[in-house]
Amino acid sequence: MSALPMAGAPANVNLVGLAKNDYRGNPTTLCQGCGHNSISNQIISAMYEMNVLPENVLKFSGIGCSSKSPTYFMNRSFGFNSLHGRMPSIATGGLFGDHTLKGVGVSGDGDTASIGMGQFKHVMRRNLNLVYIIENNGVYGLTKGQFSATAERGLELKKQGSNPYMPVDICMEAVISNATFVARSFAGNAKQVKELLKAAFAHRGIAVLDIISPCVTFNNADNAHHSYAWGKDHEEPLHDITYVPPRNEIMLETELKEGEIRKVAMHDGSMIVLKNLEKAYNPTDRFEVLRTLEEAQRNNWLTTGLIYIVENVPTLSDTYNLVDAPLNRLTEPDLRPAPAMMDKVNALMF
Amino acid sequence: MNKVINDFSIIVGTKNGSGSSTANNTILRAIFKMGIPVSGKNLFPSNIQGLPTWYTIRASKDGYLARREEQEVVVAMNPDSFTRDLASVAPGGAFFYADDIKLSITRADIAIYPMPVKKLVRDDPNVPADFRDLVGNMIYVGVLVHMLGLDIETVHAALNFHFKGKQKPIDMNFNAVKAGADWAKANLEKKDPYYLERMDKTDGMIMADGNTAAAIGSIFGGAQFVAWYPITPASSLAEAINDYIPMLRKREDGKNTYAVVQAEDELAAIGMTVGAGWSGLRAMTSTSGPGLSLMTEFAGLAYYAEVPIVVWDVQRIGPSTGLPTRTSQADLSFVVGMGHGDSDSIVLLPGDVNECFDFGWQSFDIAERVQTPVFVLSDLDMGMNQWMSKPFRYPDTPMDRGKVLWEKDLEELKGNWGRYLDKDGDGIPYRTIPGNKHLLSSYFLRGTGHDEQARYTEDSVVFHRNMERLKKKFESARQYLPKPVLHETKGARIGIIAYGSTEAAINEARVQLERDHGMKTNFLRVRAVPFTPEVDEFVRTHDQVYVVEMNRDGQLHQLLVLANPESAMKLISVAYGDGMPASARWVREGIFAKYTNGSKPKSVKSITKKTVSKNGKKGAK
Repeated sequence: MSALPMAGAPANVNLVGLAKNDYRGNPTTLCQGCGHNSISNQIISAMYEMNVLPENVLKFSGIGCSSKSPTYFMNRSFGFNSLHGRMPSIATGGLFGDHTLKGVGVSGDGDTASIGMGQFKHVMRRNLNLVYIIENNGVYGLTKGQFSATAERGLELKKQGSNPYMPVDICMEAVISNATFVARSFAGNAKQVKELLKAAFAHRGIAVLDIISPCVTFNNADNAHHSYAWGKDHEEPLHDITYVPPRNEIMLETELKEGEIRKVAMHDGSMIVLKNLEKAYNPTDRFEVLRTLEEAQRNNWLTTGLIYIVENVPTLSDTYNLVDAPLNRLTEPDLRPAPAMMDKVNALMF
Repeated sequence: MNKVINDFSIIVGTKNGSGSSTANNTILRAIFKMGIPVSGKNLFPSNIQGLPTWYTIRASKDGYLARREEQEVVVAMNPDSFTRDLASVAPGGAFFYADDIKLSITRADIAIYPMPVKKLVRDDPNVPADFRDLVGNMIYVGVLVHMLGLDIETVHAALNFHFKGKQKPIDMNFNAVKAGADWAKANLEKKDPYYLERMDKTDGMIMADGNTAAAIGSIFGGAQFVAWYPITPASSLAEAINDYIPMLRKREDGKNTYAVVQAEDELAAIGMTVGAGWSGLRAMTSTSGPGLSLMTEFAGLAYYAEVPIVVWDVQRIGPSTGLPTRTSQADLSFVVGMGHGDSDSIVLLPGDVNECFDFGWQSFDIAERVQTPVFVLSDLDMGMNQWMSKPFRYPDTPMDRGKVLWEKDLEELKGNWGRYLDKDGDGIPYRTIPGNKHLLSSYFLRGTGHDEQARYTEDSVVFHRNMERLKKKFESARQYLPKPVLHETKGARIGIIAYGSTEAAINEARVQLERDHGMKTNFLRVRAVPFTPEVDEFVRTHDQVYVVEMNRDGQLHQLLVLANPESAMKLISVAYGDGMPASARWVREGIFAKYTNGSKPKSVKSITKKTVSKNGKKGAK
């Protein structure tokens, strides 16, 4: 995916010669002001700025408002809008077809934390090479406003009354299930969303991005935890985050002061630079990560930023020791055993 | 007493988990290596250890491989099933039992042979104490060596094969065989008429179970992605892929051209398979009824989004959890229309282990050619039991990868294509595969309404047009499906239609029907749904057609009636499902009970009047 800078390239194209428009999708059909749309826009920007070839990305989604959004970015990528809660299994099989491709999956809180909880947790433990975005609004939008599993207890919704159940914390579930990259952001914080998207994309393995994405239609009362107003008030960033591309690409130096920053190296030589706001948070220490998430829950904080990362864990396709060529480019000579093997097999049958 | 040579059944009653399978497989292999046609069936409980289990071995000089309902030689090693086992011996038969079972012998019409199993094993100082029960099973093998004439050299060869040449276990087990044989020679007097004698009827044949055959066939078909979830009786199919694929697809660079993933459940197993099929891999999953129920939503998606996958259903008897270790043919109706809305399925119906191998590779060709799920319906009896068969035949056609467009193809078409555009008029569109770098290659696959370019649409006209194309696609599909197999008798006007593992029982029953009742029959074994034109032709050209199958409701019969409404009255259902493999007796009596010729003898009772015999199997007295 890395490419050398092209001499004399026009200013409005990136290092792979693409304009931002080359990363766009169809016009959105979601509600005006939907948090999902701003996430789609950040995906477009992140991919453009990271010089990603759209042909090297596979888009996946399940069912729901969020799962429609892969239509709204990167039309040049193959995509698979699958079944409710089943995006992880489709992505797992799909990425085996060509292990040189990167997956970007978009799911929602219903798709992931309710019907798809099983597949969500199992794709974590397999460390699939997938950016797994949850556009989390605490509500079922497409079926017009029922509670989701991430809705906080006591949330009042127009037709539903009060939510009687405790919420699922997607980030905590991901960490517990041995995800190798877990981050949370807020759709209203565009810069952070974009930097985290870049970091997630650079990560080899499963990268979970839980993005609180207010539903302007069904869950935007000022006191609802997935609303703009509540999110803005309660956002507790762990750090400012800056993604620094690999050194072999042209990059802008970021002014960093000793003592305030923590660099996290990615497998491809790129860096995440965390500028700590309050304390020396260590996103590689699972124990501290879980304590921080627990603390945030108790205090009603919306902890954002890079919550957990562990690099250089073998991905699913690494584990399978696949041939260098994409599996889907193999042909009969690679796939069908030679005729002599038939006799050998028959000799083994009694 | 007239000798009965190479034409009887042996049943061994043991406790599940007692390690008798080595002994039973050794007997089976030894008989096979004596040149005698033989089949072995494991009747086992859904249990790890403790419940009664039986292994039946049928030696048949005439080559009949189906289950028989009678057993002439019974070996009783389990006190819990002793009384039942004793009662099950056919009159004039032989009853061998471990003499530590102190239960009364109540029959005088059979030969009784006690065996000092425990004592003989204890007497061998080379058998460690914790191996005594396992090795004890070899004592009865040894007794049968002497009493039936099981060839001791072939027993040794069988043990050598089983233990892959490892001398220590071979010796330990073979010594027990010899101890049993020597003891029997010195202490037992032959009082029954059953003997095994060498023949040459297994030359060039193999023995295999259908799951192994399916696995190896799939590997020769170029299987690249297998996702599965453990379930009886399908697990051994995926496990056999794991066993054989490293050898068969070994490369010099040590890297893999395939991936086998044990999924977290059947939803994920088929989901991964659909993902892999979409991204251009030869992708398959294997399961049984309960797993198939879970797979329904993805089957519907794969049908509508036109993703090639192969799904093996090794049928067990349902509904629900049913009898997990008993066989059935009751998933056909379910699979044929699997999924909500208007759906179609391609169903392949292998009839023996050879066809399990053939359909293993052919299913991928059909799936990729038609771009749809292909279900292969095997069953527990075929999948898990050992069947004598001709050797597997190397695929005789090159792989058919179907209508796939790569970069250079798109370049030639100048981008003039659509994922669901019927360019050829056969309803089968062209597809591109993820990883294709051509700028016009990509599309967004979805289970929602889509137009020829795979774009989302709610337009009724477009939706209807697409559904009609899918229907046309399934018409085109018939030409790629395996044709039925016809067994003819000259001058027959009566037909039999069936599918799958009942073939052995039906062919045996046809001989009996002609011999005992003068009923000449032609037999058409269907190998695919939708039916190919030969099936309609067969129905049309026979006076009566008996549709024989192992389920309650006559599912194949229903499909045939739907396909041939004008012939509905002559299609007669002979369906029965109790979990046991079909026997010739059941087929014969089932057909004869519904035979409406005036000359029918009155003495034969209908199968609807049943008595319970061995293992709870109902059969006419």
